[in-house]
Amino acid sequence: MFDLLQTYNPIYSRRKFVLRSNHSGSGSSDPVNTTLRVNGRTHELSIDSRLTLLDTLRDVLGLTGTKKGCDQGACGACTVIVDSQRVLSCLTLAAANEGRDVVTIEGLSTNGELHPMQAAFLHCDGFQCGYCTPGQILSAVCTVQEVHAGVPSHVTRDVRQTVDSATLTDEEIRERMSGNLCRCGAYPNIVAAVRQVLSAS
Amino acid sequence: MNTFTFQQAAGAKEAAGAVASRPGAMFLAGGTTLVDLMKVDVLRPDTVVDVRLPGLSSIDVTERGIAIGAAVTNSELAWHPVVRDRLPLLSEAILSGATTQIRNMATVAGNILQRTRCPYFRDVHASCNRRQPGSGCDALDGFNRGHAVLGVSDHCIATHPSDMCVAMAVLDAEVHTIRANGTARSIPFGQFHKAPGNTPHVEVALAHGELITHIVVPYLPAGRRSHFLKVRDRASYEFALAAAAVVLDLDGDTIRAARLGLGGIATRPWRATDAERILTGRKATDDAFRKAAEMALAGAVAREHNGFKIELAKRTIVRAFAIARDARV
Repeated sequence: MFDLLQTYNPIYSRRKFVLRSNHSGSGSSDPVNTTLRVNGRTHELSIDSRLTLLDTLRDVLGLTGTKKGCDQGACGACTVIVDSQRVLSCLTLAAANEGRDVVTIEGLSTNGELHPMQAAFLHCDGFQCGYCTPGQILSAVCTVQEVHAGVPSHVTRDVRQTVDSATLTDEEIRERMSGNLCRCGAYPNIVAAVRQVLSAS
Repeated sequence: MNTFTFQQAAGAKEAAGAVASRPGAMFLAGGTTLVDLMKVDVLRPDTVVDVRLPGLSSIDVTERGIAIGAAVTNSELAWHPVVRDRLPLLSEAILSGATTQIRNMATVAGNILQRTRCPYFRDVHASCNRRQPGSGCDALDGFNRGHAVLGVSDHCIATHPSDMCVAMAVLDAEVHTIRANGTARSIPFGQFHKAPGNTPHVEVALAHGELITHIVVPYLPAGRRSHFLKVRDRASYEFALAAAAVVLDLDGDTIRAARLGLGGIATRPWRATDAERILTGRKATDDAFRKAAEMALAGAVAREHNGFKIELAKRTIVRAFAIARDARV
Protein backbone atom coordinates (compact mmCIF):
# COMPACT_ATOMS: atom_id res chain seq x y z
CA MET A 1 0.00 0.00 0.00
CA PHE A 2 2.66 2.46 1.01
CA ASP A 3 5.02 1.36 -1.73
CA LEU A 4 2.35 2.05 -4.31
CA LEU A 5 1.61 5.42 -2.77
CA GLN A 6 5.23 6.46 -2.89
CA THR A 7 5.75 5.18 -6.41
CA TYR A 8 3.04 7.51 -7.59
CA ASN A 9 4.34 10.48 -5.66
CA PRO A 10 7.37 12.14 -7.24
CA ILE A 11 7.93 14.37 -4.22
CA TYR A 12 8.91 11.26 -2.29
CA SER A 13 11.90 10.29 -4.38
CA ARG A 14 14.61 11.33 -1.91
CA ARG A 15 13.02 9.86 1.21
CA LYS A 16 11.42 6.82 -0.37
CA PHE A 17 13.71 4.22 1.14
CA VAL A 18 13.60 5.61 4.66
CA LEU A 19 9.83 5.62 4.66
CA ARG A 20 9.59 2.19 3.10
CA SER A 21 11.80 0.65 5.75
CA ASN A 22 9.89 2.51 8.44
CA HIS A 23 6.65 0.94 7.42
CA SER A 24 7.84 -2.59 6.81
CA GLY A 25 10.93 -3.14 8.87
CA SER A 26 10.00 -2.40 12.48
CA GLY A 27 8.02 -5.47 13.49
CA SER A 28 4.31 -6.07 13.42
CA SER A 29 1.84 -3.24 13.57
CA ASP A 30 -0.07 -2.42 16.71
CA PRO A 31 -3.74 -2.05 15.76
CA VAL A 32 -5.96 0.49 17.43
CA ASN A 33 -9.75 0.62 17.36
CA THR A 34 -11.08 4.02 16.57
CA THR A 35 -14.24 5.70 15.32
CA LEU A 36 -13.83 8.41 12.69
CA ARG A 37 -16.60 10.71 11.50
CA VAL A 38 -15.80 11.89 8.00
CA ASN A 39 -18.12 14.05 5.89
CA GLY A 40 -20.99 13.10 8.18
CA ARG A 41 -20.40 9.35 7.95
CA THR A 42 -19.18 7.29 10.90
CA HIS A 43 -16.49 4.65 10.32
CA GLU A 44 -15.55 1.99 12.89
CA LEU A 45 -11.94 1.16 12.13
CA SER A 46 -9.25 -1.17 13.37
CA ILE A 47 -6.08 0.36 11.98
CA ASP A 48 -2.32 0.44 12.47
CA SER A 49 -1.63 2.98 15.24
CA ARG A 50 1.01 4.57 12.99
CA LEU A 51 -1.51 5.66 10.37
CA THR A 52 -1.90 9.38 10.02
CA LEU A 53 -5.31 10.86 9.33
CA LEU A 54 -4.07 11.55 5.78
CA ASP A 55 -3.14 7.92 5.04
CA THR A 56 -6.35 6.71 6.65
CA LEU A 57 -8.50 9.00 4.52
CA ARG A 58 -6.73 8.01 1.32
CA ASP A 59 -5.83 4.36 1.75
CA VAL A 60 -8.41 3.03 4.20
CA LEU A 61 -11.47 5.12 3.32
CA GLY A 62 -10.61 5.70 -0.35
CA LEU A 63 -11.03 9.47 -0.07
CA THR A 64 -8.17 10.41 -2.37
CA GLY A 65 -9.23 14.04 -2.75
CA THR A 66 -6.96 14.86 0.17
CA LYS A 67 -3.45 15.04 -1.31
CA LYS A 68 -0.09 13.92 0.05
CA GLY A 69 2.54 16.49 -0.85
CA CYS A 70 5.49 16.73 1.53
CA ASP A 71 4.05 14.53 4.31
CA GLN A 72 5.91 16.65 6.86
CA GLY A 73 3.74 19.69 7.45
CA ALA A 74 5.40 22.02 4.98
CA CYS A 75 3.07 22.26 1.97
CA GLY A 76 -0.59 22.24 3.08
CA ALA A 77 -1.80 19.86 0.33
CA CYS A 78 -3.24 17.55 3.01
CA THR A 79 -5.33 20.27 4.68
CA VAL A 80 -8.69 19.05 6.02
CA ILE A 81 -11.20 20.61 8.41
CA VAL A 82 -11.46 19.00 11.86
CA ASP A 83 -14.08 20.34 14.28
CA SER A 84 -14.44 23.46 12.09
CA GLN A 85 -10.68 24.21 12.11
CA ARG A 86 -8.27 23.65 9.23
CA VAL A 87 -5.46 21.26 10.13
CA LEU A 88 -2.74 19.22 8.41
CA SER A 89 -3.87 15.61 8.14
CA CYS A 90 -0.28 14.41 7.63
CA LEU A 91 0.80 15.50 11.13
CA THR A 92 -2.02 13.97 13.13
CA LEU A 93 -2.54 10.29 13.90
CA ALA A 94 -5.93 8.97 12.83
CA ALA A 95 -6.51 7.54 16.31
CA ALA A 96 -6.01 10.98 17.84
CA ASN A 97 -9.10 12.20 15.97
CA GLU A 98 -11.64 9.88 17.51
CA GLY A 99 -14.96 11.61 18.06
CA ARG A 100 -13.97 14.62 15.97
CA ASP A 101 -15.77 15.84 12.86
CA VAL A 102 -13.60 15.60 9.75
CA VAL A 103 -14.51 17.35 6.49
CA THR A 104 -12.56 16.62 3.31
CA ILE A 105 -12.92 18.10 -0.16
CA GLU A 106 -15.36 15.27 -0.98
CA GLY A 107 -17.69 16.55 1.74
CA LEU A 108 -17.77 20.20 0.75
CA SER A 109 -20.53 20.26 -1.87
CA THR A 110 -24.18 19.77 -0.90
CA ASN A 111 -26.64 17.85 -3.09
CA GLY A 112 -24.36 18.17 -6.08
CA GLU A 113 -24.06 21.95 -5.67
CA LEU A 114 -20.49 23.20 -5.50
CA HIS A 115 -19.51 25.05 -2.35
CA PRO A 116 -19.16 28.78 -3.16
CA MET A 117 -15.38 28.49 -2.71
CA GLN A 118 -15.19 25.63 -5.21
CA ALA A 119 -17.23 27.71 -7.67
CA ALA A 120 -14.96 30.72 -7.05
CA PHE A 121 -11.81 28.67 -7.76
CA LEU A 122 -13.38 27.60 -11.08
CA HIS A 123 -14.55 31.11 -11.91
CA CYS A 124 -11.19 32.74 -11.05
CA ASP A 125 -9.08 29.93 -12.52
CA GLY A 126 -7.42 29.41 -9.14
CA PHE A 127 -5.29 26.43 -10.17
CA GLN A 128 -3.21 24.87 -12.88
CA CYS A 129 -2.22 21.26 -12.17
CA GLY A 130 -4.77 20.98 -9.35
CA TYR A 131 -2.68 18.98 -6.90
CA CYS A 132 -2.74 21.59 -4.13
CA THR A 133 -6.32 22.63 -4.91
CA PRO A 134 -8.31 20.52 -2.41
CA GLY A 135 -6.09 21.82 0.39
CA GLN A 136 -6.25 25.37 -0.97
CA ILE A 137 -10.05 25.30 -1.12
CA LEU A 138 -10.53 23.89 2.39
CA SER A 139 -8.01 26.40 3.73
CA ALA A 140 -9.79 29.21 1.89
CA VAL A 141 -13.16 28.17 3.33
CA CYS A 142 -11.68 28.48 6.82
CA THR A 143 -9.94 31.75 5.95
CA VAL A 144 -13.34 33.27 5.17
CA GLN A 145 -14.78 31.93 8.44
CA GLU A 146 -11.83 33.36 10.38
CA VAL A 147 -12.21 36.77 8.75
CA HIS A 148 -15.93 36.77 9.56
CA ALA A 149 -14.99 35.91 13.17
CA GLY A 150 -12.78 39.03 13.10
CA VAL A 151 -9.58 37.35 14.30
CA PRO A 152 -6.21 38.95 13.48
CA SER A 153 -3.28 37.56 11.48
CA HIS A 154 0.44 38.30 11.56
CA VAL A 155 -0.01 41.25 9.18
CA THR A 156 -2.94 42.82 11.04
CA ARG A 157 -1.65 46.21 12.13
CA ASP A 158 -2.95 45.91 15.68
CA VAL A 159 -4.04 42.55 17.11
CA ARG A 160 -6.48 44.42 19.35
CA GLN A 161 -8.47 45.41 16.26
CA THR A 162 -11.23 43.29 14.73
CA VAL A 163 -10.71 42.69 11.02
CA ASP A 164 -13.59 42.71 8.55
CA SER A 165 -14.03 41.46 5.02
CA ALA A 166 -14.73 44.90 3.53
CA THR A 167 -11.33 46.34 4.46
CA LEU A 168 -9.27 43.16 4.30
CA THR A 169 -6.15 43.65 2.17
CA ASP A 170 -4.69 41.19 -0.31
CA GLU A 171 -1.67 41.04 2.00
CA GLU A 172 -4.01 39.69 4.69
CA ILE A 173 -5.40 37.02 2.36
CA ARG A 174 -1.88 35.99 1.32
CA GLU A 175 -0.69 35.75 4.93
CA ARG A 176 -3.75 33.76 5.98
CA MET A 177 -3.29 31.36 3.03
CA SER A 178 0.49 31.05 3.43
CA GLY A 179 0.23 27.47 4.71
CA ASN A 180 -0.79 26.26 1.26
CA LEU A 181 1.96 26.17 -1.33
CA CYS A 182 1.22 26.14 -5.07
CA ARG A 183 4.15 25.18 -7.28
CA CYS A 184 2.25 26.30 -10.38
CA GLY A 185 2.10 29.77 -8.87
CA ALA A 186 -1.65 30.25 -9.12
CA TYR A 187 -1.54 32.60 -6.14
CA PRO A 188 -3.02 35.75 -7.75
CA ASN A 189 -6.09 33.82 -8.87
CA ILE A 190 -6.38 32.04 -5.52
CA VAL A 191 -6.39 35.44 -3.80
CA ALA A 192 -9.09 36.53 -6.28
CA ALA A 193 -11.20 33.48 -5.47
CA VAL A 194 -10.99 34.11 -1.72
CA ARG A 195 -11.79 37.78 -2.33
CA GLN A 196 -14.83 36.82 -4.41
CA VAL A 197 -16.31 34.67 -1.63
CA LEU A 198 -15.44 37.27 1.03
CA SER A 199 -17.26 39.96 -0.96
CA ALA A 200 -20.31 37.78 -1.58
CA SER A 201 -20.81 36.62 2.00
CA MET B 1 8.11 4.92 12.01
CA ASN B 2 8.49 2.28 14.73
CA THR B 3 5.46 0.55 16.17
CA PHE B 4 3.86 1.89 19.32
CA THR B 5 0.81 1.52 21.51
CA PHE B 6 -1.66 4.39 21.31
CA GLN B 7 -3.32 5.29 24.61
CA GLN B 8 -5.95 7.79 25.60
CA ALA B 9 -5.71 8.90 29.23
CA ALA B 10 -8.70 9.63 31.46
CA GLY B 11 -7.04 12.64 33.09
CA ALA B 12 -3.77 14.47 33.67
CA LYS B 13 -2.64 12.30 36.59
CA GLU B 14 -3.45 9.11 34.71
CA ALA B 15 -1.54 10.38 31.67
CA ALA B 16 1.47 11.22 33.84
CA GLY B 17 1.29 7.73 35.34
CA ALA B 18 1.06 6.05 31.94
CA VAL B 19 4.22 7.80 30.72
CA ALA B 20 6.13 7.58 34.02
CA SER B 21 5.71 3.79 34.13
CA ARG B 22 7.44 3.25 30.75
CA PRO B 23 10.84 4.73 29.88
CA GLY B 24 9.91 4.63 26.18
CA ALA B 25 6.54 6.38 26.51
CA MET B 26 5.83 9.93 25.37
CA PHE B 27 2.99 12.42 25.62
CA LEU B 28 1.21 13.30 22.37
CA ALA B 29 -0.64 16.61 21.99
CA GLY B 30 -1.09 18.37 18.64
CA GLY B 31 1.41 16.09 16.92
CA THR B 32 3.17 18.81 14.93
CA THR B 33 6.50 17.95 16.58
CA LEU B 34 6.10 14.35 17.72
CA VAL B 35 4.42 12.83 14.63
CA ASP B 36 6.85 14.73 12.39
CA LEU B 37 9.92 13.45 14.26
CA MET B 38 8.53 9.90 14.52
CA LYS B 39 8.25 9.77 10.73
CA VAL B 40 11.97 10.47 10.36
CA ASP B 41 12.88 8.06 13.18
CA VAL B 42 14.33 10.78 15.41
CA LEU B 43 11.78 9.94 18.12
CA ARG B 44 10.84 6.29 18.62
CA PRO B 45 8.36 6.02 21.51
CA ASP B 46 6.96 2.55 22.31
CA THR B 47 3.84 4.12 23.83
CA VAL B 48 2.10 7.34 22.89
CA VAL B 49 -0.31 8.88 25.39
CA ASP B 50 -2.79 11.41 23.98
CA VAL B 51 -3.09 14.36 26.37
CA ARG B 52 -5.51 16.61 24.51
CA LEU B 53 -7.77 16.36 27.55
CA PRO B 54 -10.91 18.46 28.19
CA GLY B 55 -9.54 19.41 31.62
CA LEU B 56 -6.42 20.96 30.04
CA SER B 57 -8.19 22.86 27.26
CA SER B 58 -9.46 26.12 28.73
CA ILE B 59 -8.12 29.64 29.18
CA ASP B 60 -9.03 31.02 32.60
CA VAL B 61 -9.04 34.79 32.91
CA THR B 62 -8.30 36.24 36.35
CA GLU B 63 -7.62 39.76 37.62
CA ARG B 64 -3.85 39.25 37.64
CA GLY B 65 -3.41 37.32 34.43
CA ILE B 66 -4.43 34.25 32.47
CA ALA B 67 -4.03 30.54 33.12
CA ILE B 68 -3.67 28.69 29.85
CA GLY B 69 -4.50 24.98 29.77
CA ALA B 70 -1.65 22.90 28.34
CA ALA B 71 -3.82 21.57 25.50
CA VAL B 72 -5.12 24.98 24.40
CA THR B 73 -4.09 25.45 20.79
CA ASN B 74 -1.81 28.24 19.62
CA SER B 75 -4.70 29.70 17.61
CA GLU B 76 -7.10 29.71 20.55
CA LEU B 77 -4.54 31.57 22.63
CA ALA B 78 -3.52 34.09 19.95
CA TRP B 79 -7.15 34.84 19.03
CA HIS B 80 -8.49 35.06 22.60
CA PRO B 81 -10.00 38.54 23.11
CA VAL B 82 -8.39 39.07 26.53
CA VAL B 83 -4.96 37.97 25.28
CA ARG B 84 -5.22 40.34 22.31
CA ASP B 85 -6.31 43.18 24.58
CA ARG B 86 -4.10 42.69 27.64
CA LEU B 87 -1.15 40.67 26.26
CA PRO B 88 -0.86 41.70 22.60
CA LEU B 89 2.85 40.75 22.64
CA LEU B 90 1.83 37.12 23.15
CA SER B 91 -0.70 37.20 20.29
CA GLU B 92 1.83 38.86 17.98
CA ALA B 93 4.52 36.31 18.77
CA ILE B 94 2.23 33.33 18.18
CA LEU B 95 0.76 34.74 14.95
CA SER B 96 4.26 35.28 13.56
CA GLY B 97 5.02 31.56 13.75
CA ALA B 98 4.01 28.66 11.47
CA THR B 99 0.62 28.78 9.68
CA THR B 100 -3.01 28.77 10.72
CA GLN B 101 -3.25 25.00 10.10
CA ILE B 102 -0.29 24.31 12.37
CA ARG B 103 -1.38 26.82 15.02
CA ASN B 104 -4.82 25.14 15.02
CA MET B 105 -3.15 21.83 15.90
CA ALA B 106 -0.13 22.75 18.01
CA THR B 107 -0.83 23.14 21.71
CA VAL B 108 0.69 25.70 24.04
CA ALA B 109 2.56 23.08 26.09
CA GLY B 110 3.68 21.44 22.85
CA ASN B 111 5.03 24.77 21.63
CA ILE B 112 7.05 25.11 24.85
CA LEU B 113 8.37 21.56 24.40
CA GLN B 114 8.99 21.72 20.64
CA ARG B 115 12.33 20.39 19.48
CA THR B 116 14.98 22.24 17.51
CA ARG B 117 14.78 22.50 13.72
CA CYS B 118 18.54 21.88 13.39
CA PRO B 119 18.80 19.73 10.24
CA TYR B 120 21.46 17.54 11.88
CA PHE B 121 19.10 16.80 14.76
CA ARG B 122 16.43 15.80 12.25
CA ASP B 123 18.75 13.51 10.23
CA VAL B 124 19.45 10.18 11.94
CA HIS B 125 22.55 9.71 9.77
CA ALA B 126 24.19 12.86 11.16
CA SER B 127 26.05 13.27 14.44
CA CYS B 128 24.04 15.11 17.06
CA ASN B 129 24.73 15.28 20.80
CA ARG B 130 21.16 16.37 21.41
CA ARG B 131 19.68 13.32 19.69
CA GLN B 132 22.43 10.85 20.61
CA PRO B 133 24.61 12.00 23.53
CA GLY B 134 28.33 11.76 22.81
CA SER B 135 27.98 11.30 19.05
CA GLY B 136 29.34 14.77 18.20
CA CYS B 137 27.83 17.81 16.52
CA ASP B 138 27.85 18.05 12.72
CA ALA B 139 26.52 21.60 12.90
CA LEU B 140 29.72 23.05 14.43
CA ASP B 141 31.62 22.78 11.14
CA GLY B 142 28.67 22.09 8.87
CA PHE B 143 26.08 24.38 7.29
CA ASN B 144 25.22 26.50 10.31
CA ARG B 145 23.59 29.61 8.86
CA GLY B 146 20.45 29.09 10.94
CA HIS B 147 22.22 28.23 14.15
CA ALA B 148 22.49 30.02 17.46
CA VAL B 149 25.08 32.58 18.57
CA LEU B 150 23.94 32.90 22.21
CA GLY B 151 23.94 30.14 24.82
CA VAL B 152 26.02 27.86 22.62
CA SER B 153 28.58 25.26 23.70
CA ASP B 154 31.19 23.08 22.02
CA HIS B 155 28.60 20.32 22.01
CA CYS B 156 25.56 22.00 20.46
CA ILE B 157 24.60 25.22 18.68
CA ALA B 158 20.99 24.33 17.84
CA THR B 159 18.54 27.24 17.80
CA HIS B 160 15.40 27.13 19.92
CA PRO B 161 12.69 27.60 17.27
CA SER B 162 9.76 29.06 19.22
CA ASP B 163 8.48 32.62 18.85
CA MET B 164 5.82 32.19 21.54
CA CYS B 165 8.42 31.15 24.12
CA VAL B 166 10.34 34.41 23.63
CA ALA B 167 7.19 36.37 24.51
CA MET B 168 6.51 34.09 27.48
CA ALA B 169 10.05 34.59 28.76
CA VAL B 170 9.60 38.36 28.61
CA LEU B 171 6.17 38.16 30.26
CA ASP B 172 7.52 36.16 33.24
CA ALA B 173 5.26 33.17 32.63
CA GLU B 174 5.20 30.18 34.95
CA VAL B 175 4.89 26.56 33.83
CA HIS B 176 2.76 24.33 36.08
CA THR B 177 3.19 20.56 36.10
CA ILE B 178 1.83 17.42 37.70
CA ARG B 179 3.36 13.99 38.31
CA ALA B 180 1.84 10.53 38.61
CA ASN B 181 1.78 10.75 42.43
CA GLY B 182 -0.21 13.98 42.22
CA THR B 183 2.72 16.29 43.09
CA ALA B 184 2.27 19.65 41.41
CA ARG B 185 4.92 22.37 41.02
CA SER B 186 5.46 25.58 39.11
CA ILE B 187 8.64 26.42 37.20
CA PRO B 188 9.55 30.03 36.32
CA PHE B 189 9.83 30.30 32.53
CA GLY B 190 13.44 31.44 32.73
CA GLN B 191 14.40 28.19 34.46
CA PHE B 192 12.39 25.88 32.22
CA HIS B 193 14.65 25.58 29.15
CA LYS B 194 18.29 24.52 29.55
CA ALA B 195 21.25 25.80 27.55
CA PRO B 196 23.09 22.82 26.00
CA GLY B 197 26.38 23.04 27.95
CA ASN B 198 27.85 19.55 28.32
CA THR B 199 24.42 17.90 28.23
CA PRO B 200 22.58 19.08 25.09
CA HIS B 201 20.13 16.17 25.40
CA VAL B 202 18.76 17.70 28.63
CA GLU B 203 16.49 20.35 27.13
CA VAL B 204 13.95 21.17 29.82
CA ALA B 205 13.47 21.01 33.59
CA LEU B 206 10.92 18.19 33.46
CA ALA B 207 11.25 14.66 34.84
CA HIS B 208 10.12 11.75 32.66
CA GLY B 209 6.36 11.49 33.04
CA GLU B 210 5.97 15.01 34.42
CA LEU B 211 3.07 16.62 32.55
CA ILE B 212 2.51 20.33 31.95
CA THR B 213 -1.02 21.18 33.09
CA HIS B 214 -1.14 24.93 32.51
CA ILE B 215 0.90 28.08 32.04
CA VAL B 216 0.22 31.26 34.01
CA VAL B 217 0.98 34.58 32.32
CA PRO B 218 0.59 37.75 34.42
CA TYR B 219 -0.67 40.89 32.70
CA LEU B 220 1.70 43.74 32.05
CA PRO B 221 0.87 46.79 34.18
CA ALA B 222 -1.30 49.36 32.38
CA GLY B 223 0.43 51.69 29.94
CA ARG B 224 3.26 49.35 28.96
CA ARG B 225 4.30 49.41 25.33
CA SER B 226 5.34 46.15 23.70
CA HIS B 227 6.25 44.76 20.32
CA PHE B 228 7.30 41.46 18.76
CA LEU B 229 9.52 41.80 15.70
CA LYS B 230 10.57 38.77 13.68
CA VAL B 231 13.07 38.82 10.80
CA ARG B 232 13.20 35.84 8.46
CA ASP B 233 14.09 34.65 4.98
CA ARG B 234 10.52 34.88 3.66
CA ALA B 235 7.52 36.93 4.71
CA SER B 236 5.48 34.10 6.19
CA TYR B 237 5.71 30.50 7.37
CA GLU B 238 9.39 30.59 8.28
CA PHE B 239 11.47 30.37 11.43
CA ALA B 240 13.18 33.50 12.73
CA LEU B 241 16.71 34.50 11.77
CA ALA B 242 16.36 36.98 14.61
CA ALA B 243 13.39 38.02 16.71
CA ALA B 244 12.95 40.47 19.55
CA ALA B 245 10.16 40.74 22.12
CA VAL B 246 10.31 44.11 23.88
CA VAL B 247 8.39 45.88 26.62
CA LEU B 248 8.87 49.54 27.49
CA ASP B 249 7.65 51.48 30.51
CA LEU B 250 8.07 55.17 29.63
CA ASP B 251 7.84 58.29 31.73
CA GLY B 252 7.68 60.92 29.01
CA ASP B 253 10.74 60.08 26.94
CA THR B 254 12.61 58.45 29.81
CA ILE B 255 12.71 54.70 30.26
CA ARG B 256 11.46 53.61 33.69
CA ALA B 257 11.96 49.91 32.85
CA ALA B 258 12.51 47.74 29.79
CA ARG B 259 12.31 44.07 28.98
CA LEU B 260 14.05 42.28 26.10
CA GLY B 261 13.65 38.73 24.83
CA LEU B 262 15.45 37.23 21.84
CA GLY B 263 14.59 34.40 19.46
CA GLY B 264 16.17 32.78 16.42
CA ILE B 265 19.69 33.37 17.70
CA ALA B 266 19.86 31.43 20.96
CA THR B 267 19.80 27.83 22.15
CA ARG B 268 16.94 28.61 24.51
CA PRO B 269 14.29 31.35 24.71
CA TRP B 270 16.58 34.23 25.63
CA ARG B 271 16.09 37.03 28.14
CA ALA B 272 18.71 39.79 27.90
CA THR B 273 18.54 41.08 31.47
CA ASP B 274 21.86 43.02 31.37
CA ALA B 275 20.61 44.96 28.36
CA GLU B 276 17.31 45.61 30.13
CA ARG B 277 19.14 47.08 33.12
CA ILE B 278 21.27 49.56 31.20
CA LEU B 279 18.15 51.04 29.63
CA THR B 280 16.67 52.00 33.00
CA GLY B 281 16.70 55.79 33.46
CA ARG B 282 17.96 56.53 29.93
CA LYS B 283 16.19 58.57 27.29
CA ALA B 284 14.36 56.28 24.85
CA THR B 285 16.60 57.09 21.87
CA ASP B 286 17.83 54.80 19.09
CA ASP B 287 21.30 55.36 20.55
CA ALA B 288 20.27 53.95 23.89
CA PHE B 289 18.60 50.99 22.18
CA ARG B 290 21.80 50.37 20.20
CA LYS B 291 23.81 50.31 23.44
CA ALA B 292 21.39 47.78 24.87
CA ALA B 293 21.67 45.72 21.69
CA GLU B 294 25.48 45.74 21.90
CA MET B 295 25.24 44.50 25.46
CA ALA B 296 22.67 41.82 24.59
CA LEU B 297 24.97 40.37 21.93
CA ALA B 298 28.25 40.88 23.81
CA GLY B 299 28.63 37.18 24.50
CA ALA B 300 27.69 36.04 20.99
CA VAL B 301 29.82 33.32 19.38
CA ALA B 302 29.53 32.86 15.61
CA ARG B 303 30.50 29.88 13.44
CA GLU B 304 31.28 29.90 9.73
CA HIS B 305 27.88 30.86 8.30
CA ASN B 306 25.88 32.55 11.06
CA GLY B 307 28.00 35.61 11.89
CA PHE B 308 25.52 37.87 10.10
CA LYS B 309 22.98 37.10 12.81
CA ILE B 310 24.87 39.16 15.38
CA GLU B 311 24.44 42.47 13.55
CA LEU B 312 20.98 41.43 12.33
CA ALA B 313 19.89 40.77 15.92
CA LYS B 314 21.22 44.14 17.09
CA ARG B 315 19.30 45.97 14.39
CA THR B 316 16.19 43.89 15.16
CA ILE B 317 16.42 44.95 18.81
CA VAL B 318 16.79 48.66 17.97
CA ARG B 319 13.89 48.50 15.50
CA ALA B 320 11.61 46.61 17.93
CA PHE B 321 12.24 49.11 20.75
CA ALA B 322 11.74 52.05 18.38
CA ILE B 323 8.41 50.65 17.16
CA ALA B 324 7.26 50.13 20.75
CA ARG B 325 8.37 53.65 21.70
CA ASP B 326 6.58 55.26 18.75
CA ALA B 327 3.36 53.24 19.05
CA ARG B 328 0.22 54.83 20.33
CA VAL B 329 -0.75 53.27 23.65
